[in-house]
Amino acid sequence: MGTSNWIRLAKDRFFFAAIIFFASLTILPLLFILFYILKNGLTVINWGFLTSLPKPAGEPGGGISNAIVGTALLVLTASAFSIPLGVLIGIYLSENQDSLTARAVRISNRILQGVPSIVAGIVAYLWIVKPSGAFSVFSGGAALGFLMIPIIVQSTEETLKLVPNTLKEASLALGASYTSTILKVIVPTGLSGIVTGILLGVSRVIGETAPLLFTAFGNPFMSYRLFKPANALPLLIFNYALSPYHSWQNLAWGASVFLIFLVMSLNLISKFLVAKWKVQS
Amino acid sequence: MRSDTFFRLLLFLSGVFLLILLSAIFITLCLSSLPSLRSFGLFFVIGRSWNPISKKFGACPFLIGTFLTSTAALLISLPFSLSISILLGEYLNNRFFSAVFKSVIELLAGIPSVIYGFWGLFVLVPIVRWVELKIHAAPYGVGLLAASLVLSIMIIPYSAFLSIEILKLVPPEIKEAAYSLGATRYEVVKFVALPYSYSGIFGGVLLAFGRALGETMAVTMVIGNSDFLPKSFLSPGNTIASVIANEFTEAAGRLHLSSLIELGLILFVLTAVTNILGDFVVKRMSFQGS
Repeated sequence: MGTSNWIRLAKDRFFFAAIIFFASLTILPLLFILFYILKNGLTVINWGFLTSLPKPAGEPGGGISNAIVGTALLVLTASAFSIPLGVLIGIYLSENQDSLTARAVRISNRILQGVPSIVAGIVAYLWIVKPSGAFSVFSGGAALGFLMIPIIVQSTEETLKLVPNTLKEASLALGASYTSTILKVIVPTGLSGIVTGILLGVSRVIGETAPLLFTAFGNPFMSYRLFKPANALPLLIFNYALSPYHSWQNLAWGASVFLIFLVMSLNLISKFLVAKWKVQS
Repeated sequence: MRSDTFFRLLLFLSGVFLLILLSAIFITLCLSSLPSLRSFGLFFVIGRSWNPISKKFGACPFLIGTFLTSTAALLISLPFSLSISILLGEYLNNRFFSAVFKSVIELLAGIPSVIYGFWGLFVLVPIVRWVELKIHAAPYGVGLLAASLVLSIMIIPYSAFLSIEILKLVPPEIKEAAYSLGATRYEVVKFVALPYSYSGIFGGVLLAFGRALGETMAVTMVIGNSDFLPKSFLSPGNTIASVIANEFTEAAGRLHLSSLIELGLILFVLTAVTNILGDFVVKRMSFQGS
C-alpha cells in the first residue's frame, strides 16, 4: 500500500514537471522570436524611417512612409464596406436565431471565416483586378474586407445576444418602433462588443500579405490613389525580406516591429474596451 | 410602420447577401478553373509534373506538400499546446501567472504570418541547414522540414487556446469526485479530464489543421518553392497556398492561371470541410458538457 502510494505521488510529480517543461519550452522560444525581431527592428526605427520613402537597392537609410499610407488606405477601404455589412448581418442573426435563412447565413459565415486569405486574394483578382485591368488599392481593400466581414458578424451577433430581452420589450412597450429600438437601444448597449469585433477584424487583416500579392501588388513610390497599386507594410516586409540587400532587410525588420506594434495596440484597445463596457447580462 | 418593414427587409437582405457572396466566391472559382478542369480532369490531382512550358499541370506534389507540412506541424505542436492548456486549465490557479501566460500566447497569435516567415528565413533555416550538414544531407535549409517547424510554432497559440476552452467544459463535479476519492492531479487529468475532452480536442486539432492548410506567407518564404515531387522530408517543395502565392502574378497563359485557380478551389473546399467538421465535433462536445 505504502509503495503504491509513493509511486502514484512520484508519477504526479513527474507529470507536473513534464507539463512545466513543455510549456516553458514553448513560451521561451516564442519570447525569443519576439526579442529577435525587436532587436533587429528597434534600432532602425526613427522619425525619418516613418516619414521617408524607401531608398533604391543598396543605399542605406530610407523609410516606409508609402507602406504606412498604403496600409491605412487598404484598411479604410476594407472597413468602408465590411463594417456596415458585418454589423447589419450580425443584427440580423441575433434577431432571427432560428429561422432557416439565419442558420444558412451562420454556416456561410463560419465557412467564410475559414477561407484562406490567399483565396480571398484570388477572388478579388478575378472580380476587380481582371475586369479593370490594373492592380489597385481598391481590389486589395476588397480582399481584406472579405476577411473582416465574418469576424465583425460573429462578434456583433454574440454581443447583441447578451443584451437582455427585457430592454427590448421595455422600449417597444414605450411605443418605440422596431427600427429605433434596434438602433437606439440594442446597438448602443452592445456597442463595445461591436467595436471590439471591428478592432479585432482590423488587427487580423492589417498583417495579411497573401491577398495583397495580386491585388494591391506593391509600389516603390508614394501613392494616394484608390485605383492604382500601392505598397503595404506586409508587402514591403515580404519583398525586402527576400531581397539580397542588407539595407532593405533592415527596412523590413523595422517595418515588422512597427506592424507588430500596430497589431498589439489594436488588441490592447479592444481588451480595454471589453473590460470597460461589458454588456451586463 | 413602413420604416420598420424597410429596416427588417434591409437586415434580411444583408443576411442573404452573405449567402450570395459565399456562393459567388465558389461559383467564380469553379468557372475560372473550367479550362484546367476540362484539360486535365482528375489527372490534375494525381499528375506529378507541373510544367508551365509544356502546359502540363499536375498538382500532386503540392497536395503532398500541403498534407505533409500541415500534419507534421500538427504533430510537432500537439505536445506543446496540450501542456500549455493543461498547465493553464488544471494547474495554475494563480491569476497573475495565467494572465501572463495568456497574454504571451495572445501576443504570439497576433504576429503576422509574413513576420514568422521572415524570422524563419533568418534564424530557423540556417539552423536546419547546419543540422543537414551534420547528418550529411543536402544542405538546402529551406524545405518541408523548415516549413513544418514554422507552421507548428504558428499554430501552437491557436490550438492551445482551443484546448483551454475545451478543458474548461469538463464539469467540475466529476473532477471533484475524483479528487475526493484520493486521486492525484495526474490521475484526474489522465483518467477524468482528458478522456472527457478527447472528442473536443480532436475537433480543435481539425480546426488547427484547417488553419495550417491555408497558411501562405510563412510557408512560402521557407519551403524552397520547388515544383517537383519532394524526395524526402528535407527537400524543398511547395504547398497549394505557396505555389499560388509564387506563380499567380507571373502565370504564363490562360491554362496556367486556371490551374492555379483550381488549386485555390481545392484549398477552399478542403478548409471549408475541415472547419465544418471541426466545428461539429467541438459543438457536440460542448453540448454534452452543458
